[in-house]
Amino acid sequence: MIVWIILFPMIGAILNGLLFASGFWKKKCNGDEHTEHNISGIIASGAVLLSALLSTYFFVQLLSLEPSQRQIIQELFVWIPSGDFTVSFELMFDTLSSVMALVITWIGFLIHIYSIGYMHHDKGFAKYFTYLNIFVFFMLILVLGNNFPLMFVGWEGVGLASFLLIGFWYQDTEKAYAGRKAFVVNRIGDFGFILGIFFIFFIFGSVNYQDVFGKALDPAFMSAVPAVTITAIGLLLFVGAVGKSAQFPLFVWLPDAMAGPTPVSALIHAATMVTAGAYMMARCNVFYSQSPTAQMVVVSIAAFTAILAATIAITQNDIKKVLAYSTVSQLGYMFMAIGVGAYAAGLFHLVTHAFFKALLFLGSGSVIHAMSDEQDIRKMGGLRKKIPITAITFLIGTLAIAGVPFLSGFFSKDEILAALYDRGYTIHWIIALITVVLTALYMLRLYLLTFEGKSRVPESIKRYIHESPYSMTIPLIVLAVLSILGGYIGVPDFMGKVVGLHDTNLFEHYLSPAILIDNAKEVGHHLFGHWALVGFSIGGAALGIIIAFYLYSFKPSAPAKIAKDIEPLYKASKNKWYVDELYDYIFVQPFSYLCNQAYRFDQNIIDGAVNGVAAALKDTALTLQTAQTGVIRSYATLMAIGAAVILIIIVLW
Amino acid sequence: METVVFYVFAALALAGALMVITFKNPVSSALSLVLTLFSTAVLFVLLLAHFVAVIQILVYAGAIMILFLFTVMFLNLKPDALKFESKHLGFKVSALLVILLFVGYFASLGFKKGLYLSNTSTSDIEGFGTVQGVGMSLFTDYLLPFELTSILILVAIIGVVVIAKKRAN
Amino acid sequence: MNIGIEHYLVLSAILFVIGAYGVIVRKNLIIVLMSLELMLNAANLAFVAFSNALGDMTGHVFMIMTITVAAAEVAVGLALLVSIYSHRESLDIDILKLLKG
Repeated sequence: MIVWIILFPMIGAILNGLLFASGFWKKKCNGDEHTEHNISGIIASGAVLLSALLSTYFFVQLLSLEPSQRQIIQELFVWIPSGDFTVSFELMFDTLSSVMALVITWIGFLIHIYSIGYMHHDKGFAKYFTYLNIFVFFMLILVLGNNFPLMFVGWEGVGLASFLLIGFWYQDTEKAYAGRKAFVVNRIGDFGFILGIFFIFFIFGSVNYQDVFGKALDPAFMSAVPAVTITAIGLLLFVGAVGKSAQFPLFVWLPDAMAGPTPVSALIHAATMVTAGAYMMARCNVFYSQSPTAQMVVVSIAAFTAILAATIAITQNDIKKVLAYSTVSQLGYMFMAIGVGAYAAGLFHLVTHAFFKALLFLGSGSVIHAMSDEQDIRKMGGLRKKIPITAITFLIGTLAIAGVPFLSGFFSKDEILAALYDRGYTIHWIIALITVVLTALYMLRLYLLTFEGKSRVPESIKRYIHESPYSMTIPLIVLAVLSILGGYIGVPDFMGKVVGLHDTNLFEHYLSPAILIDNAKEVGHHLFGHWALVGFSIGGAALGIIIAFYLYSFKPSAPAKIAKDIEPLYKASKNKWYVDELYDYIFVQPFSYLCNQAYRFDQNIIDGAVNGVAAALKDTALTLQTAQTGVIRSYATLMAIGAAVILIIIVLW
Repeated sequence: METVVFYVFAALALAGALMVITFKNPVSSALSLVLTLFSTAVLFVLLLAHFVAVIQILVYAGAIMILFLFTVMFLNLKPDALKFESKHLGFKVSALLVILLFVGYFASLGFKKGLYLSNTSTSDIEGFGTVQGVGMSLFTDYLLPFELTSILILVAIIGVVVIAKKRAN
Repeated sequence: MNIGIEHYLVLSAILFVIGAYGVIVRKNLIIVLMSLELMLNAANLAFVAFSNALGDMTGHVFMIMTITVAAAEVAVGLALLVSIYSHRESLDIDILKLLKG
C-alpha cells in the first residue's frame, strides 16, 4: 500500500500531462483557460493531498508499533535480476523516511495550492503542475526507496524536475542557462554519489539498505574492511550530497536556480530537494559514525559553506538571492549536525527549515506578485501596510530562521550548536555562532528593506500593489503557524524538563530506530553547560537583530558608509566572493579552449579525412557511372561474366 | 537401346534449343521450345522420373507454351516490331566465351566426381519417380515449401491482374 | 558405352548456356523469356539426373518447385511484355533502358 504514496503524484502528472499540457483539452473540449487552470491545479494538488493523507496514515500506523518494529517494507517487483545481483523495486516506510515523506507531501501540498494562485496567468500552467507532480513523485521515490539504486533513480529524477522547472521560462535564455548550470553542476555530485554506490556494492555485495547496514554493523564483517574504505564511501556519498544540497564548492547552481518560478524555489530549492543530501547521509549514518575522517571533512566543509553563504547573503539585493544564500547557509547547519553524528538534530533542522524557508520563499513570491515581478529590494520598502498578511508571515519566518526563542528555528539551531560544542568541535561551533549573528543580520535586513521604512517603489508599480489571493495567503498562514509551533516536536530534554512538557526529545526518540549507530557520546567536561549554550545562541541572534535594526531602521545612511569603508570586502561579498568567476577561469575557460582545439582538430583533420574519402568516392562513382547504361543485356552479360569468373576460381582452386 | 534413345533425344533437344535462339519469328521459336521440352521429358523417362516427365509435358510443354503462343498471337505483332536484333559483335563474342567456360566446367564436374547413374539400384527403391513416391515426398518432407509455392502463384496472379488492368486504361 | 550422369550433365550445361546466350544476345523480349525457360529446363534436367544418381527423390520435388516458379515468372513476364508493347509498340528489350536511374 505504501506504493500509492508515490503513485498518486505520478497519476496526477500523467493526467495533467495528457489532458492539459498536451493541449488535448483545449482542442477537444473547447474549455476556456480559466476552467482548465482550475481543473489542472485541483488534479495536481489533489494528487499530492492524497499522498499526504496516506503518508499521515502510515505515520500513525508506525506510531502504533513498537519503536524497534517501526518499519513497513513493500516489495513490488524485482527490478534488476542479474545473477547474484538483484535489485528490487522495494519501498520502505520507516521513521526516517516518514519524516521526509510527511515534509514533502504536506509542504508540497501547500505549495501546490499556493501555485494555483501564483501561476494563474501563466500560459504553461498545466505544464508547470505536471513538472511539479513529477518532482513530488521522484522525491518520494528518493526517500521511500529501500535500496541505493532506487534512491539514485529518485535523485536523478528530482534533478530532472529541478532542471525543467528552473528553466521553466525557457524563452528567457538566461533562465534556460540557469537550468543547465544546475543540471551540469549536479552531475558532478552525482558522479561521486554513483561511485559511492559502486563502492558499497563492491564492499558489501548488496545495495539493499538492510543488507548493507546490517553488514556495516557487524563487527566481524567490519574487521575485514579497512577503515579507509568506509571513509572513501562516506566521502563519495558526501560528494553527491554536496552537489544536490549545494554545499561548497558546488553551491553555485542554487542561487542561479532562483530563475524558476518562486513556488518552485520554495518547494525544490529550499524545502525538499536540496535536503535530499542530508537525508541520504542520515540514512547512511553507519558509515559516517565509523569514520572520524569523513566526519571531520563534512563538518569543516559544512561550516565553511554556512559562513561563506551567510557573508554573501548580506550584500545581495535580489530578494530571492538572499533567500537562496540563506538556504545554502542553513543547509550548512544541517550538514554540520550530520557531520558530528547528531543526525536527529540535522533532520530536525531540516524539518523546521522546510517550514520557515518555504514560508519565506512563498512570502517573497507574494511580494514579487504584488510588485509586478520586481525582485530588487532597493525598489521596495514600506510594503507592510499594503500587503499586511505577507508582511506578518514573512516576519515570523524571519524571526524563526534568525533563531528567536520559542520559534521553530531556535530549537533546531540550538540543538546543532549544542551538538557541535558537546562533541568537541569548538572551532566549528564558533563559526556556526558567527553565522547565527550573520543570519539574523541579513534576514532582518531583508525584512526591513522590503516591508519597513520609506517606500522606494517606482510610481508606475505603486498603484498596482495588492495583497495576494486566498490561495496564496492561506498557505502562508499555515506555514507561519508551523514555523512557530514546528519546533516543539523536538524540544531538547533539558528544556522539556523545566517546563514539564516531556522529559525526552520526542523527535530524536522517534527517529532513533533509523539511526543505527548513536555516537552521541559527550567528550569530557565542558566549560559551558546547556543553558549557557542556549544563552550564546540567543545572544548571537539578538546581536544580529540589533545590528540590523541599527543599520537599516535607525541609521539608514550607515550601510552605504560601511560599504565604502570596507570596499574590497563589500565588493567581494556582493560578487559572491568571485566563486563563479574562479570556476569560469579554472574550469570553463580551459575546457572551452580545449574544446576549441578539439573542434579545429575535428574540422581540419578528422573532417578533412572524412570529406577526402567522400570526395574520392564521389569521383570514383562518377567514373563508374558510365557502366550504368540501362541496357539490360549488358547487365546480363556482366552477370554471366561474373559467374564465369567465380567458376574459374572454383575449378582452379 | 537406352543409349540410342538418349542420343536421339539429346540431339533433338539441342536442335530445338538452337532453333529457339536463332529464329526471328517468335511463333517458330515457341514451337522449337516445345520440341526441346518434349525431348527433355523423354530423357526424364529414361531417368525413371515418370511423374516428372508427365508434369513436364502437361505444364511446360502444354500450359506455359500455350501462354507464350497466346500472347504472341494476342499482340498481333506488326512486321517491323521484330526488325531489330543486336548488331554488336561484342555481345556475341563475350557470350560465346562464357558459354565455353560453362561447358568446360560442367563437363569437368561430371567426369571428376565419378558419380554414376544407378538405374538398377534406383529402380529397386519402391515407387521411385511415380506419382505416389513424389507425392509422399512432396506432402511430407516438403510440405511447407510446397504450400509456399502456392502463395507464390497467388502473388503472381494478383501481380499479373494488377499490371494488366493498369495498362487497360 | 553406358550413359552416365556426366552425359546428362553435359547436355544440361549445353542447354543452359544456349539459353544464356539467347538471353544475352537476343533483343526480342518474347525470345528472351523463352531462353529463360530453356535455362530453367536445363537446371531441371540436372536435378532429375542427380536425383537418379543419388537414389533420392528430392530432385523431383525441386523440379516441381522450379516449374511452379517458371509458370509464375512467365505469367508476370508476359503481362509486363503486353503492357510494354501497348505503350511502346515494340518488343525491343533495349527500350527498357528508359528505367535507368
